[in-house]
Amino acid sequence: MLLEIRLHGRGGQGIVTAAEMIAEAAIIEGFYAQSIPLFGAERRGAPVSASTRISESPIRRHSQVKEPHIVAVCDPLLLYMKEVFNGVTEGTLLVVNHKQEPQLEGFRVAIIDATGIAVENGLVSAGWAILSTVIFGAVSKVTGLIKKGTVLGVINSRWKGEVAERNLRAAESGYDGVKTW
Amino acid sequence: MFATGNHAVAYGVKAARAEVIAAYPITPQTQIIEKLSEFIEKGEMGAKFLRVESEHSAMAACIGASACGARAFTATSSQGLLYMSEMVFWAGLGSFPVVMAVVTRTLAPPWSIWNEHTDILSQRDAGWITIMCGSVQEAYDTAIQAFRIAEDRRVRQPVMFGLDAFSLSHTSERLDLIGQEGADAYLPAPEGHWRVVDVQEPATYGNLVGPERMMEIRYSVKRRVDDSAGVIEEAASEFSRISGRAQTGLVEEYRTSDAEVILAVVGASSGDAKDAADLLRDKGIRAGVARLRVIRPFPAERLGAALRGCRTVAVVDMDYSFGYGGIIGREVASVTGIRPFNYIAGIGGRDLGVRDFAGIARDALRRGESGDERREIWWGMKDSQPSL
Repeated sequence: MLLEIRLHGRGGQGIVTAAEMIAEAAIIEGFYAQSIPLFGAERRGAPVSASTRISESPIRRHSQVKEPHIVAVCDPLLLYMKEVFNGVTEGTLLVVNHKQEPQLEGFRVAIIDATGIAVENGLVSAGWAILSTVIFGAVSKVTGLIKKGTVLGVINSRWKGEVAERNLRAAESGYDGVKTW
Repeated sequence: MFATGNHAVAYGVKAARAEVIAAYPITPQTQIIEKLSEFIEKGEMGAKFLRVESEHSAMAACIGASACGARAFTATSSQGLLYMSEMVFWAGLGSFPVVMAVVTRTLAPPWSIWNEHTDILSQRDAGWITIMCGSVQEAYDTAIQAFRIAEDRRVRQPVMFGLDAFSLSHTSERLDLIGQEGADAYLPAPEGHWRVVDVQEPATYGNLVGPERMMEIRYSVKRRVDDSAGVIEEAASEFSRISGRAQTGLVEEYRTSDAEVILAVVGASSGDAKDAADLLRDKGIRAGVARLRVIRPFPAERLGAALRGCRTVAVVDMDYSFGYGGIIGREVASVTGIRPFNYIAGIGGRDLGVRDFAGIARDALRRGESGDERREIWWGMKDSQPSL
């Protein structure tokens, strides 16, 4: 089993952190995991991407994820970028940050209102919603490999006090709120 | 724990109890020295951190510290390594057992921050033992082994070890530490037996040497670097014993014994090559991988033994020597007597994955069967393949 996940978002949304946390949670669940940032122009708002691999056996490869099983799209406008669909097949699950189901015929789609959840929990910096923990929760759920308690445990290991509380609520809402069809 | 390749290096250097760290930040190396300065600031590490104004000064400071018998470390990349180059040769030709991590990155122009191996290979004649890591775990393991190899009485030469930019430096993987007691047992406090400077006895060093003495001095460096091959194997097998993790000494072989095609590779993409070998074997093609962990001393015998008997060898170079060819490909050809197909790939950080390695192996087999005399192939070019 090798599960490959690719996250697309914008600089400042916390995509790299989300990819790391998914891998950490998978390791706690007893899997091997790896997270890979794709570095380009690191500017707030610029399209960025990061990947996570989860496997039952040691992961040897270090190249970019090219045929993802799950693609998280943290800004619905990124659905207009062809890079987001690189290597995407009928079997790929697209997890889209959106209030309603986007019109994406021929694809398996899940939605999560990540921006809404982040704003509700005060996860905003310089006017940007920080989505890392919501996306972490939502993607962990759709992998079918990571328990909610593990997600919360990873967040508790990274943050303390009130910041942890807000991120725990956001991750839980992401985990419980991701809607698949 | 779960860590990036860069942080793995920092944990290794901490476990090795480096005493002097002099470094200048450069992408994608910065995380190494950030983490080390964090350890020092928190009091978790007893080293002296010198904030220098350039890489040239960083290596000069490491040489000074090493000359006084201290365990010295620095890290750099690409442009920084070239700026440091004069002092890199000084450390190597002067037999100072400094340890350096090099996050391999494309040289400018045009400006680039992504992976390529030409930077570390540009220093291959400097008298340094040169190692390339294959995983986050190996970056940690190698950082500790590097000091042991450098300080060994039979060696006493500097060691540099490379990590592929981003695909290793910034990729996070599971990392197991050996614990401080284990590290201390493996790597005792430096005896400083290489110490040449005594502040109580002022003297001048690095003075003019005429033709009547220089050849012998160079010969002693040659002998130390040559002799380090055995020490590198020893350091790896001893580390296997204390860590419980199998270590690679000079060359790692994967499914080579019956292979009809072998991919000879360097660095983190060796894992992709191994996955490609498995994929090809599922389809009836007997593929294998030989990874050069050590570039200097070049493991001619060890590599020759791995490759000889295989019909088709494809050497994949993420570097280039203009007017000559792929550096590793040319070296393999010259020391083993094998005529490999030399693939130039991953230049400027172009992603090189499992499908690429499978494609390269198939391409090499086809060329071998058709008696193709073209030996250099630029793999994955977007424009038409140039004819060479």
